[in-house]
Amino acid sequence: MLIPHPLLGLRDSQEFTYLGDASLMQRPDASAQNAEAEFCDYVFLRDNPAGEHRELWFHEQGDRSWLVVTRDTTTHEILGAELASDVKGAVK
Amino acid sequence: MKFSGFKVVKEALTGHKGWTQLWRNPEPKSAYDIVIVGGGGHGLATAYYLAKVYGELSIAVLEKGWIGSGNAGRNTTIIRSNYLLPGNQPFYEFSMKLWENLEQDTNFNSMVSQRSIINLIHSDGQRDAYRRRGNAMMLSDAGARLLSRDDIKRMVPFLNFDNARFPIKGGLMQTRAGTARHDGVVWGYARGADQRGVDIIQNCEVTGFKIENGKVLGVETSRGFIGAKKVGVSVAGSSGRVMEQAGMRLPIESHVLQAFVSEGLKPTIPGVITFGAGHFYVSQSDKGGLVFGGDIDGYNSYAQRGNLPVVEDVLEGGMALMPMIGRARLLRAWGGLVDMSMDGSPIIDKTGIEGLYFNGAWNYGGFKATPAAGYTFAHLLATDTPHETATAFRFDRFSRGYVIDEKGVGAQPNLH
Repeated sequence: MLIPHPLLGLRDSQEFTYLGDASLMQRPDASAQNAEAEFCDYVFLRDNPAGEHRELWFHEQGDRSWLVVTRDTTTHEILGAELASDVKGAVK
Repeated sequence: MKFSGFKVVKEALTGHKGWTQLWRNPEPKSAYDIVIVGGGGHGLATAYYLAKVYGELSIAVLEKGWIGSGNAGRNTTIIRSNYLLPGNQPFYEFSMKLWENLEQDTNFNSMVSQRSIINLIHSDGQRDAYRRRGNAMMLSDAGARLLSRDDIKRMVPFLNFDNARFPIKGGLMQTRAGTARHDGVVWGYARGADQRGVDIIQNCEVTGFKIENGKVLGVETSRGFIGAKKVGVSVAGSSGRVMEQAGMRLPIESHVLQAFVSEGLKPTIPGVITFGAGHFYVSQSDKGGLVFGGDIDGYNSYAQRGNLPVVEDVLEGGMALMPMIGRARLLRAWGGLVDMSMDGSPIIDKTGIEGLYFNGAWNYGGFKATPAAGYTFAHLLATDTPHETATAFRFDRFSRGYVIDEKGVGAQPNLH
């Protein structure tokens, strides 16, 4: 699989390590009333979709940036990649 | 029809005209007491033990393709009970004991062959860890033997003992481990279940659950609605897709695991051998092919095929362990979907929906668990209480902090 890095162009997925669902960027509020249950879901439960999946890849053997890659889990086709810092900024 | 040596001789002399179909192909009825979703080894074993041990009379197994066409037909057929943790090891040892009596029980040749497994040791730390594991195995009556380098040299002289980076220093052996014929297991359970009145319905995909007031009433399928008092889902690999239809999020990611088989060779490898310094394991099938595998690809996948980097990684492990494997030609490689759970251990439990039960999250180790997973899931479905060997495989172990993490890597499914 080749990942279209927004800054470096197409890079082999072997240069990256995989973390998982991009929703891991949204940590629950630790001071909320139900923080324990929220964190339990955050740590252990996943949507695990068949089809389009937004996921975190770390360019460990490259520029050490985190990317949010959109990929089809039924075909391995990569539909896009953004810098995780940009995605995080847009959410705020 | 009962299989026996006498029957084989008789059929040989009378032109093989007396063999009958192993199971029927019935039309689905409008309702059953218990519907099992998934006609793999686990689902069929569940139906078999429900009928045989728990006396259930109205059971259907629904399979979207043909039986055994998912992971039951894609695994590397190893059976073993060499786990460490108390939540796991008694369960796998229960499975091993069921394997040992499987063929007598089902009257079907599943080619269970207790040809042993050797986990190789390459460092002092690893020897300590395997000594501890061996002690845990002996506590559960599974048996274990710590081997010296010389023992291993006698048993499997073809390994590369003096690899500069990973010399072999010893091994942990379970002599009762081995292999079984994956299709033979599926067919044996299917035939046994069918003989006891279970309807095995193939080409019948479950497309939804009918749930009212928190209680399951049946399943929508590609062949119409089928009512059920209880529904047991046993579809490891596709658990996410199926349970999503019941509105459940699971502590699971679906990943792809690849496996490989070489051309047929003369008998070379006596048992199962695992490389302790990388992830590579190998055995030899009765047809002669070397069957081997290694790590999962490591990213979410429902594609049933993997990519080349892992092929290369597995073969590098093979070359480091036994250089002669480089002379064999690779015949086939394939991928299967595995439920990778958050602690690397399975789930056999009720769900929050009354009448809906779940068996899954088998990571890469579902085949060896087939008999015990079927037995304990049947126990849960019939009695609403977990079997004594499967009390740890609960959904709520994550929130309660009772994870069963053999590898100790935390909630990161692609590392288990």
